[in-house]
Amino acid sequence: MTQAQPTPEAIGETIARHLHLEGPLLPILHDLQHEFGFVPETAVPLIAAELNIGRAEVHGVVSFYHDFRDAPAGKHVVKICRAEACQSVGANALSDHALAKLGGDWHMTTPNGNITIEPVYCLGLCACGPAVLVDDQLEGRVDAARMDEILAECGA
Amino acid sequence: MKIYIPRDAAAKALGAERIVKAVEAEIKERGIDAQIIRNGSRGMIWLEPLVEVETAEGRVGYGPVTVADVKSIFKGDSDKALGDVEQIPFFAAQTRLTFARVGKIDPLSLSDYEAHGGLVGLRRAITMSAEAVVDEVKTSGLRGRGGAGFPTGIKWDTVRLAQGEKKYIVCNADEGDSGTFADRMIMEGDPFTLIEGMIIAGLATHATKGFVYIRSEYPDAIEQMEAACVIARDAGVLGNVLNSGHQFDIEIRVGAGAYVCGEETSLLNSLEGKRGTVRAKPPLPALQGFMGRPTVVNNVISLATVPVIFEKGAQHYADFGLGRSKGTMPIQIAGNVKFGGLFETAFGMPLGDLVNKIGGGTASGRPVKAVQVGGPLGAYMPVSKFDTPFGYEDFDQKGGLIGHAGIVVFDDTADMLGMARFAMEFCAVESCGKCTPCRIGAVRGVETIDRIAAGDNSAVEILTDLCETMKDGSLCALGGFTPFPVMSALQNFPEEFSTAKEAAE
Repeated sequence: MTQAQPTPEAIGETIARHLHLEGPLLPILHDLQHEFGFVPETAVPLIAAELNIGRAEVHGVVSFYHDFRDAPAGKHVVKICRAEACQSVGANALSDHALAKLGGDWHMTTPNGNITIEPVYCLGLCACGPAVLVDDQLEGRVDAARMDEILAECGA
Repeated sequence: MKIYIPRDAAAKALGAERIVKAVEAEIKERGIDAQIIRNGSRGMIWLEPLVEVETAEGRVGYGPVTVADVKSIFKGDSDKALGDVEQIPFFAAQTRLTFARVGKIDPLSLSDYEAHGGLVGLRRAITMSAEAVVDEVKTSGLRGRGGAGFPTGIKWDTVRLAQGEKKYIVCNADEGDSGTFADRMIMEGDPFTLIEGMIIAGLATHATKGFVYIRSEYPDAIEQMEAACVIARDAGVLGNVLNSGHQFDIEIRVGAGAYVCGEETSLLNSLEGKRGTVRAKPPLPALQGFMGRPTVVNNVISLATVPVIFEKGAQHYADFGLGRSKGTMPIQIAGNVKFGGLFETAFGMPLGDLVNKIGGGTASGRPVKAVQVGGPLGAYMPVSKFDTPFGYEDFDQKGGLIGHAGIVVFDDTADMLGMARFAMEFCAVESCGKCTPCRIGAVRGVETIDRIAAGDNSAVEILTDLCETMKDGSLCALGGFTPFPVMSALQNFPEEFSTAKEAAE
């Protein structure tokens, strides 16, 4: 994952990998985000031209889904599950604790650029909540003390 | 010697990877001949990571294992020993049909799969006509396990009889309901059974292409399904199916964090590369689904149950269950519960038994206040309704729904007004925006509940009216069912909506 502005060539290569698929737009967007850490604005007209659809249509798809970002996230992304099963074992208090510690609200990135914090609605760990996803690492039964450790490890 | 350590996401979230490293180190230090197998989870989440060691007396379990326990497990004096895993009461009390292999086998070993009954159903289905395959599913009584409970055989028959140059089988693995993880567990623990079920659906309907649409929040399931498809293709299970002349292949697709894409028509739009907005029905997806072509859209568990129906016979399956709810259901017991996990059993067990006898009551040790059954769109069932048998019609009569069979337990500290507000807030965040009752109603719902919380008693009537409008006027279950948790909280716990008022006065 690099955070420099991607070149049109690099974007074009990524798009081309998926053009043989039926309904290739989501795979393209996932791959762009995987390559560059976000879906660059400059990719929108290139995708539109390749798929023969309007730029507004592409933009509409990018903005519909929670997963796609228009700017790079922090170095680490911490997602806390807010769904009911995790709430039943204290997820709200855990979220409040984490947000207070970072001094902001959901979707914020710390000023040092190390952590972006986001809500997630269910990670499928409903019998061992509260659940947290740190980059690609799942953790169950996270309490306030463990959250402090996670945030410290991520360089809060 | 074989040592089983699950690579199920829940086991990993509770430290399974650290245990693998510690076991590997111990094996090396002792210089013994042992193989680590990354199985699925047995579904007893409170025991994860659950390590099993193969012995002459069967598979002996240890759990929940920490790194510090590993040495004593090898020495044979661990205080985490559980004996034969299959004799643990939670496990022994189940009827495992769909989940028969999960936790037992190496999920990515096709030979292990076949040694435990895998592909028997497919081989039988290959010898049958498409119509006979559909009839078998009809006889089994299998109904959609995603939540709607529509008879699977009838859906398949519609696609079988539809005209189309190309037909599709789409597996809905967008398991977004809180309190549910059965789809995830089967994709991680027995992916070939889903593949086999999809191929049989293809034989029944003349579909040649399958998609599994998995939510992006399930990275482990995505990895496992992709790996399993490669293995199945190499072994000739996918492609020219077991040299039968029938073509079928599967592609894995990943969602992008939109809850509403679990609704079948928004899922199809998403798959086509569009915004995940809901389509009006008709036309039914069975006739005009993916790319406007005839398409079966089935939940993971529905499809993963098909192989066992063909392996053991439709009647064997139909003999389990209650009334029109035939067969078994993998029930997920979650939230604030002592023994949380997956419990597959025939329909009909009373809700209270599931919560208290099987689940052991709350983890916090406090009294149970309510359980939410069926995800964020399911009703809050108070203790007074705990005699309700677990079945589609039985729950419907009590103002609830079983949905994807997740049960989330809350203790007496739960704030029911807060849960009702959350249901509306969730609907507002996840609404696809197509229909007004859902898009606007959810936002107004949050505001109205805030008014009640601030002591405005007249807002209760407005909320009730709003819920009626959302229920009757929404295009899909998101807006249409959000009133279930809201109204059940209001009706079953009215004091919580009026104490707020009194406190404000």
